[in-house]
Amino acid sequence: MNKELFIFCLRLADNCLILAHRQSELCSKSPFLEEDIAQTNFGLDLLGQAEAIYNFAVEIEGNINTPDDLVYKRNERSFYNFILSEQPNTNFAFVVIRQYFMSVYLKIIYTTLSNIKDSKLSGISLKALKELDYQINHFELWIKRLGLGTKESKEKIQNAINELWIFTGELFERDNLDLNMEKNGYLLNSNLFYKKWINFINDIFNESNLNIPKDAYMVTGSKNGIHSEYMGFILTEMQFLQRTFPDAKW
Amino acid sequence: MQNGSKMIKNKILSILKQIPDPEIPAINIVELGVVREIICNENITQVNITPTYIACPAIDLIGKLIKEKLVKFGYKNINIKMVYYPTWTTDWISEETKLKLKSYGISPPNLINSKNKKIICPKCNSNNTSLKSFFSSTPCKSLHKCNDCIEPFEYFKCI
Repeated sequence: MNKELFIFCLRLADNCLILAHRQSELCSKSPFLEEDIAQTNFGLDLLGQAEAIYNFAVEIEGNINTPDDLVYKRNERSFYNFILSEQPNTNFAFVVIRQYFMSVYLKIIYTTLSNIKDSKLSGISLKALKELDYQINHFELWIKRLGLGTKESKEKIQNAINELWIFTGELFERDNLDLNMEKNGYLLNSNLFYKKWINFINDIFNESNLNIPKDAYMVTGSKNGIHSEYMGFILTEMQFLQRTFPDAKW
Repeated sequence: MQNGSKMIKNKILSILKQIPDPEIPAINIVELGVVREIICNENITQVNITPTYIACPAIDLIGKLIKEKLVKFGYKNINIKMVYYPTWTTDWISEETKLKLKSYGISPPNLINSKNKKIICPKCNSNNTSLKSFFSSTPCKSLHKCNDCIEPFEYFKCI
């Protein structure tokens, strides 16, 4: 169980970390100042969630690694974030849709985790949930503004939805480890999870005149550490300093 | 014995009250609600702290400041433990502390379940104010403008 809980936590924390990295790339590059502050705040929230969960994970593992080891010393094949999380900030609509899909995903995960017996993990989840609602509200406003805005803004947001849709299949995949986590109450079963997630998406897309793409091919692989071409570039940048000057301290 | 340990805890608490919050120096870390519990064993003094926001960049510094302060007062073997539950809330901030925030220029948080959602300008007390940005210089504040005195100000978001 402990080994499985460790990997389960890594998957969750890796998602938060990589999403936080993508958000941090927007620093000084958002459409306007207030939005810049909002996006970097979300990045900070996600980094905080990642740190808290890595801290929890290394304790379960028996303090073999530090959280920094997990972030800076793992190779691409040992990261388990969804391929969706690493997708680039192609344009602002891509940021909005990627973050919205993932914040709703995280909300469902944390809601389940907030009810488990482990007081540490449920405490982290309760805390994360409070801040996640800010993100969900913020991205819903953007989806509405872009979907109901001009012809061009609608085209752009619909295009981002269409392009990112093929990465959403992974959110509901379950391997043996997940099935065991389900049995122990750490995770909702796939059908129920999907229903909750798609309800959020349906509601806001209906309000915003946007369409959910028809089911098609879904990308998969991250549970086995297989990623898109973007992941290597993220790690190259994120791990550069620790790779060049191992164990350098601030 | 029971009273003795209570006295020690109160003494430590009064020392910790001398530590200002690194980001809002007008109030101390005890009144902000960051210090949750003090546990004294024969050899170890443990202070449990909780972050205001999960990614609060000041929390590590707060841990260090507590250690430094207690060492200065002769305590040894100090252990700082981070706890996440119960979840920090602005409802823990007392009315007295809220007044300190206000005179420092930060509009204090309303109670979470309060029907009063009006945000008051800390400079002229007007409640004719408007939200400029839900996010501001720290994760715990939002940016507003007073429509009467035209001053911008920050509000401590209720969470």
